[in-house]
Amino acid sequence: MLEFIAGKYNYWIHVTLMMIGFYAIIAKGNLIKKVIGMNIFQTAVFLFYISISKVKGGTAPIVWDEAVLYNNPLPHVLILTAIVVSVSTTAVALALIIRIYREYGTIEEDEILAMGGERINAQR
Amino acid sequence: MNIAEHFPVLVIVIPLLSAVIIPVVGRNNTLYSWYITVAVTLSCFLISLSLLNTVMSKGKISYWLGGWEPPWGIEYVVDYLNAFVLIVVAFIAFIVSLYAKKSVEKEIDENKITPFYSIYLLFVAGLMGIVITGDIFNLYVFLEIASLAGYALIAVGRKRAALMASYNYLILGTIAATFILLGIGYLYMVTGTLNMADLRDRLPMLYESRVVRTAFAFFTVGLSLKLALFPLHAWLPNAYTYAPSVVSAIMAATATKVGAYALLRVMFTVFKPEFDLQVVPVTKILIVLALIAIIAGSVLAVAQTNLKRMLAYSSVGQIGYIVLGAALANQVAMTGSLLHILNHSLMKGALFLAVGAVVYKLGIEEISGLKGMGKKMPFTMAAFTVGGISMIGVPLTVGFVSKWYIVLGALASDMWFIVPVILLSSLLTAVYFWRIIEGIYFAVPDGAGQIRDDAPLGLLVPTMVLAGLCIFFGVAAVIPASIAGKAANMLLGGV
Repeated sequence: MLEFIAGKYNYWIHVTLMMIGFYAIIAKGNLIKKVIGMNIFQTAVFLFYISISKVKGGTAPIVWDEAVLYNNPLPHVLILTAIVVSVSTTAVALALIIRIYREYGTIEEDEILAMGGERINAQR
Repeated sequence: MNIAEHFPVLVIVIPLLSAVIIPVVGRNNTLYSWYITVAVTLSCFLISLSLLNTVMSKGKISYWLGGWEPPWGIEYVVDYLNAFVLIVVAFIAFIVSLYAKKSVEKEIDENKITPFYSIYLLFVAGLMGIVITGDIFNLYVFLEIASLAGYALIAVGRKRAALMASYNYLILGTIAATFILLGIGYLYMVTGTLNMADLRDRLPMLYESRVVRTAFAFFTVGLSLKLALFPLHAWLPNAYTYAPSVVSAIMAATATKVGAYALLRVMFTVFKPEFDLQVVPVTKILIVLALIAIIAGSVLAVAQTNLKRMLAYSSVGQIGYIVLGAALANQVAMTGSLLHILNHSLMKGALFLAVGAVVYKLGIEEISGLKGMGKKMPFTMAAFTVGGISMIGVPLTVGFVSKWYIVLGALASDMWFIVPVILLSSLLTAVYFWRIIEGIYFAVPDGAGQIRDDAPLGLLVPTMVLAGLCIFFGVAAVIPASIAGKAANMLLGGV
């Protein structure tokens, strides 16, 4: 049992973080808080990737005479890409929120839904 | 150097580079950005045709990016399935870009038109990338390129609700993409590879592993969200309703189809059909969900008063057909499912473009606004009618062909209970389209409606082409059916 909990602690952390993020996305009514939740959700998956790339006794994947084992660099590279994606998603989300705030004057989801969206954008 | 060798990568590189060039070239004159968009989507279409031709004569194409041998390098694979879907995507992108000029001028601010075309091409590049790649992580990256471009395209809509529609799609789309990323991580953890063909070889000995099954669950849920399978369709109606007409047309005709393609790839290429049928009960679950989608989509569509929202709900139902055919997992139903990818693109494309022409002319999106339009806009309404009867599934239109295949496939699998569901849904489709068609031709229009005043040719020609193809492929169904049949064989029978 202890082996199950302590031996796989990286997975526990990943799942817990992911669920915290998921909860925030679903339960929070504030659009910014949802984006924060989304970031935690994504970061949990990134941490999962990084943790599986660790090789016991391995060093950083840089050619070095004394190195016996290297960590697997591929997940790192994949996650660099995924981080770029995550940053762009956050940027688009925040840009949208700014526009939403200008149009509706609030970023609380229930207030926005109560207002209706038929009005044509004021900016144009 | 033979340029034809590099076609698989050019189909991505051309729109991707052009998306960067457009903001520079079209800075002062939006017309240039439009020229580039049309030229690029046309060349993508021609390249896709040539790729299909190569596949038919020489078999599967495998392109190694940068010359790195798979499974280490990224591989682009073209076989019957993705050549078929590539052509659908590229063709619709071309037709919609022809249509875009007039419609965009009307619906989008002058200073946003050039960025709009740039993002449009990014969107197309992302979709083409999802279809052509043979590397599962690359699929995730392209999925995100297409999605991010899609969020921006929706947010351009005129009403402020477009912003919320885009935001909701962004949140749901990101959850879906993260699920897929996690699924990829699980598969990589146990197999150590990302190449789809390599995964296919290595996974069977791990089918009992809980990690692999969890990965499969994440893929299925993530992709179902992307293709808007009921009950994960919540983002779709608002997105289609509030996006500009051009965007509604391209997204309805291609984005969800590409999601369906990705699901087929994962279910039948990365995993083998035996896994779906014997190890996990995924096909049974998908059949039930697809049937609910078919009925619920039609019922919800009947209740709508906004044209675009009605078409959006009808899309939810039609996606049900595609998933149903795939989940039945026999050759005939699979052929029907693949045909429906093409056919639904044509009919939904025609319908959304026709509605876009009405919006252009009159600014009306309500169903009641179409009363007596048969006199005022005869050609647009003819295209709408063809699209409508196609959706109902009248013989000699494309809608009939794919439904026919799916019904035959259901009977071949001894699932007779599917037949009444399809009939009921066709009946409901007839209800919601017929009340519009009746209004178009038999209702008396208000005052000005008597004078003939159709949409400009720039809008009319693309709409008529799609409507014409709805009839053409309904009669000459052999042409797409033979390709779809071969693709279905490949999906079900191995390589």
